[in-house]
Amino acid sequence: MTDTKHNKEFEYVAGNGLLDRRLFLKRGIQFGTITALASTVTQLLQAETETAFNSARPPWMTQPGKPFSLYGKPSEFEDDVVRFPTQNESVLGNGVSWSPLHLMEGTITPNGLHFERHHNGIPQIDPAKHKLLIHGMVKQDLFFRMEDLYRYPMQSKICFIECGGNSNAGWNSSPSRSEAGYFNGMASNSEWTGVPLKVLLAEAGLKSSAKWLIAEGADAFNMQMSIPIEKAMDDAFLAIYQNGEKIRPEQGYPLRLIVPGWEGVLNVKWLRRLMITDRPVMARNETSRYTELQPDGKARQFTFFIEAKSLITSPSANMLLKQPGLYQITGLAWSGRGKIKKVDISADDGKTWAEAELQQPVLDRAFTRFRLPWQWNGKKTVIKSRAMDETGYVQPERTELIKKRGKHGFYHYNAITNWQIDEDGYVSHVYDKNENQTLSDNSIDSSWD
Amino acid sequence: MIKMKIKHSLTIVLIAVGINLVFAETMQGPGLGHAATIDEVAKWNISVFPDGEGLPEGRGSVSEGEVVYNTQCVGCHAQGGIGSAVGDQLAGAQMELTSDYPEKTIGKYWPYATTVFDVIRRSMPMTTPGSLTDNDAYAVTAYLLYLNNLIDVNAVIDKSSLPKVKMPNEDGFVKVYEVKETNK
Repeated sequence: MTDTKHNKEFEYVAGNGLLDRRLFLKRGIQFGTITALASTVTQLLQAETETAFNSARPPWMTQPGKPFSLYGKPSEFEDDVVRFPTQNESVLGNGVSWSPLHLMEGTITPNGLHFERHHNGIPQIDPAKHKLLIHGMVKQDLFFRMEDLYRYPMQSKICFIECGGNSNAGWNSSPSRSEAGYFNGMASNSEWTGVPLKVLLAEAGLKSSAKWLIAEGADAFNMQMSIPIEKAMDDAFLAIYQNGEKIRPEQGYPLRLIVPGWEGVLNVKWLRRLMITDRPVMARNETSRYTELQPDGKARQFTFFIEAKSLITSPSANMLLKQPGLYQITGLAWSGRGKIKKVDISADDGKTWAEAELQQPVLDRAFTRFRLPWQWNGKKTVIKSRAMDETGYVQPERTELIKKRGKHGFYHYNAITNWQIDEDGYVSHVYDKNENQTLSDNSIDSSWD
Repeated sequence: MIKMKIKHSLTIVLIAVGINLVFAETMQGPGLGHAATIDEVAKWNISVFPDGEGLPEGRGSVSEGEVVYNTQCVGCHAQGGIGSAVGDQLAGAQMELTSDYPEKTIGKYWPYATTVFDVIRRSMPMTTPGSLTDNDAYAVTAYLLYLNNLIDVNAVIDKSSLPKVKMPNEDGFVKVYEVKETNK
């Protein structure tokens, strides 16, 4: 909600109401509220809410509050801020769980909301019974107990992990109708802390023939992935902590390989074996899966880097702008090749663009929060964001990406996402206007096992 | 005086940053790794490479594989390996990779036959992973290769015959990292 008299004084920086990014720093502006569609329950509670609002002492001020807890939980009023699992019907631990990006702010993903991708469930590992084996083209095969690893020098890095299959609904012929996080939320951002891999490799002593590393997890799928040794010797590390606490079981407890900026599947969870070799093993998940079939019938393989991408998280699909006025457009951008350099926002379907404010500090290969004030005039329009990283790479439009890669790549979808706002303020996902959009087929051409 | 203090603390900060950088370059662990024996490594190392490295002793035929498949695999991957909502399509492709509905079966898409054995032995069946004997894994591999018209119905698969199976899509992959990236 906003005062129309003030609106006349706003300086527009691009078409259809995009405002100077410093606006909210200059004035004590009140932004409009964006809500999810109101439920019947919400409406029934309206009367009770009014009473509490108008009371001198609402109920929580008339009695002592709850005592302490051993491990804190979110407010009961936030119980809709949850992950969204889509799993294999007959093997429930095989599938994914989407992070609710559209319901979060800032850049750090709370541990309980970090996206999940499991191939056959979450092993419950007793760290006292877990060890890491390093063998192959090294001078000495070694194993490490967790109690050994806890004594090694550690480093921290805030970085995102994105599954190579994130946003794969974008390849569909019709736009996904899910909330922003529930088809783009296989990406999350944490501070990971652990032992640099090169320290352990140095201890084992790499032979000069060493070119690849095969990382294997202690899950029921016993998953393995091949990773070039130069990444291992550069910035890969073995995470023990996530956002200050030990990694959660679903994130790889007690030990996870982190390869900053590279696709999620390479960040092997429940890490138990590192085999040093002179060539990749050609595992199932680097041949039959996690490869991108192109229109000419050839497939891209070892596409490790996550390319720059951005997404407006609010306003986004299935939200409601209650009335015209001032809103804050906000979202996330990230790149596996370094820092985000800038994020442009358009509020007129790509005709004009304005640069968004980036939350500082902007970190290398980490979620970058962007924000820009916007004066919505109540008319139907399309808003979108476009990221550029420090290499100069610019996030492509969907039609551009499909022209280059076809529709059957399945992985590494990083195109611009369009949110349409209709006259009633309802936000929905649309594809580029020059594309023939159908509402029929909403299935992707490959499943999640 | 104040200026000197600032200068002094700046120097300390610079020294600290310097130490940190040196530390990162030469970072050493406490050397707590335990020597692993050949047996310990052999027990854990089940990775199989395209040239056959890592393949165990044992053997399996197409007909033996059909029996194992129809008890252990058919529930998810369906009769004839045509796949279902809960299991990959492994065989029976009608469409080419260049079509609008590409079918990425073993015969059409997978570049190496050794990968089939590796994933069966390490990951399958999903409900009881690791329960197949090496002979069973060879046999199911043989049956799947047969379903994809890659080997004869009388073929036997073992560590010498498996790497020799010619896969139609072996040259169908562009190694993006090796081709375009140097990382440094």
